[in-house]
Amino acid sequence: MNTTVDVASEEMPEGIPLSERGPASTRVVAAFGFWLFLLSDIIVFSALFAAYAVLNGETNGGPSASELFDKRHVLFETGCLLASSFTCGMMMIAIEERSKASTYFWALVTAALGVVFLYLEVSEFGGMLSAGAGPSRSAFLSSFFTLVGTHGAHVTAGLAWLLIMMAQIGTMGFRPMVIRRMVCFSLFWHALDIVWIGVFTVVYLGAAHT
Amino acid sequence: MNAHVETTDAQRAPGSHQSRRDRLRSYSIGFGLAVLFTAGSFAASSSHLVWGPSIPVLLAVLAIAQMGVHLVFFLHISTAPDSTNNVLSLAFGVFVVGLVIFGSMIIMANLNHAMMPMDQLIDIHKQR
Repeated sequence: MNTTVDVASEEMPEGIPLSERGPASTRVVAAFGFWLFLLSDIIVFSALFAAYAVLNGETNGGPSASELFDKRHVLFETGCLLASSFTCGMMMIAIEERSKASTYFWALVTAALGVVFLYLEVSEFGGMLSAGAGPSRSAFLSSFFTLVGTHGAHVTAGLAWLLIMMAQIGTMGFRPMVIRRMVCFSLFWHALDIVWIGVFTVVYLGAAHT
Repeated sequence: MNAHVETTDAQRAPGSHQSRRDRLRSYSIGFGLAVLFTAGSFAASSSHLVWGPSIPVLLAVLAIAQMGVHLVFFLHISTAPDSTNNVLSLAFGVFVVGLVIFGSMIIMANLNHAMMPMDQLIDIHKQR
């Protein structure tokens, strides 16, 4: 008898069987749908990672990975993105509390860190291009610019999305629809940080060990 | 009744607690761990404390650990009933990602290995 009670309590945290609980809330369903999109986006990145891993050594006499990358620069970029992930979490807490002022504040900090990240990335690309190490130099550089550039494009899109969401909070307030979109935005922003972990490990730190 | 309460608490995601303090703590723990792993992998990549050929493995372990931290503390993936579908689709996503990356690497390494060296290939063309 005891065992059946234990099993039941594990399966029914709220005392209602799973089959009788009805459809999940819109918030759960929307987050799940967006999670599926994020996974498909990560699969796109995995193809770019595979291309980079295969073409890593094909420098065609041009500069190689260990000659090009500045580790301190990348550490600073990584710090910005990681901190912006944290401030994005703070923004979600502010939204749960329906506090407009602190939502705007944390959104501003998140966006500022994202802009600094993008600035660092663009300046790195600019330096490489002016040194003659553009994407057309070798297969290695083509795959590098595609992988890191795609991540940068995602960050840019995320910044635009954040800006639009702040305008929506300003005009519509904390409606359930707006809050669902903010939840999706935070998932997107955190997923970009996960992709960046792969980028700095494989591209920048792995450069010295290939 | 006590046991009932414990299971529901354990099944909740670290960030899906209702109270502000718990959410703040979840993000702070995640951020602290992420900083630790990031600093660890940057330090490991240029350290001489670790045997050289093992550094890529160490970097991979640190990166995967940090991805796990982000998933649990930032994206709130957990074993909660609400999250079952998320976990299942994540498992499938990880499977596909592994297939694409390691499949490509194995196939390309194999083709590289089987390919004739370039100078011999040029010689064949010149003999015509």
